Amino acid sequence: MTVPFHTADLLPLFLHFVMLSLLAVGGAITTAPDMHRYLVGEQHWLTDAQFTASVALAQAAPGPNVLFVAVLGYNVAGLPGAFVTMAGIMLPSTTLALWATRWGRSRRETRGVRAFTLGLAPLTLGLLLATGWVLTEPARDSPGAMLLVGLSTVVMARTRLSPMWLVALGAVAGAAGYA
Amino acid sequence: MPESGQPLRQPQSCGELFRVFTLLALQGFGGVLAVAQHELVERQRWLTRDEFLEMLSVGQVLPGPNVVNISLMIGDRFFGWRGAASALVGMLAAPLVLMLALAMLYGRFADDPRVSGALRGMGAVSAGLVLAMAWKLVGSLKKNPLGLTTCLALGALTVGLVVGMRWPLAWVLAGLGPIAIGLAWWKLRP
Repeated sequence: MTVPFHTADLLPLFLHFVMLSLLAVGGAITTAPDMHRYLVGEQHWLTDAQFTASVALAQAAPGPNVLFVAVLGYNVAGLPGAFVTMAGIMLPSTTLALWATRWGRSRRETRGVRAFTLGLAPLTLGLLLATGWVLTEPARDSPGAMLLVGLSTVVMARTRLSPMWLVALGAVAGAAGYA
Repeated sequence: MPESGQPLRQPQSCGELFRVFTLLALQGFGGVLAVAQHELVERQRWLTRDEFLEMLSVGQVLPGPNVVNISLMIGDRFFGWRGAASALVGMLAAPLVLMLALAMLYGRFADDPRVSGALRGMGAVSAGLVLAMAWKLVGSLKKNPLGLTTCLALGALTVGLVVGMRWPLAWVLAGLGPIAIGLAWWKLRP
């Protein structure tokens, strides 16, 4: 069961996403469990199924994954809700990122900043591999889908073909039942 | 120098930043990162692969989506805050409109097996795109002062903790980050 949303609720909705923005190290998706706790468990503005469908839809559409936040906001409170959740999740992190980049760039040749970026580079590679692995999860019981994973890995690593063609191939193969 | 040997370019205007980021965001099914490295490093040649990896590392530890942080950094580097705003709006505006339109349409087509099949196929390709990006970035680790062996060990440990142990990302970064940065600091001693 969901609870009706009032215009006055836009402010607490906004503030909750402002708070999550600063915790979203590694991307907004890492805070999804807390969004679920707040929107479904505490406020009852969404059902479990609505929450899951919102995230799945955003994963399938183009654009940064953070846009799932706008879909959640839209399903809670229409367009004002989408605006409020996106503004909340974006404002603090973008301000901080811009400030930190400028601070780091003016010192980019110093030993501290170089140790920071060079030291974290292997961890970044590990996180990319982990992300790739997690994304293959739905494909693992389908030979066709695993073939698509392998094909797109090799083609992208060895050629300069635009990824769009591979995505289109994946869509056609999937619609035809081969994924 | 980029790997192709061709010189780096620069965007000519905030409008160009906006256009390139809009196009790359619209290609990013299941995540924009792989498309971003392809478009910015290989097609536009605004950055070297090493610079991209550096920005990704910084974007990763700052709060907020990595690709959004990267678009801010690139825009700011070429045109200050106006560039940062152009790149950010380019990255978000068109996909946001499309996404909200899809949210309004959703439900009518959700049960069609062709639609769910197409989504699965695109998901498989996006996994491949991310893996290919990791593959390409191994090359830039060869120049890392930590040495390739240490880098690969740290990378493997990260994968093990995230995938095998299912640690939250914040723990992984808080645990391995200081070790890796400390090692790099020691290797960089004058």
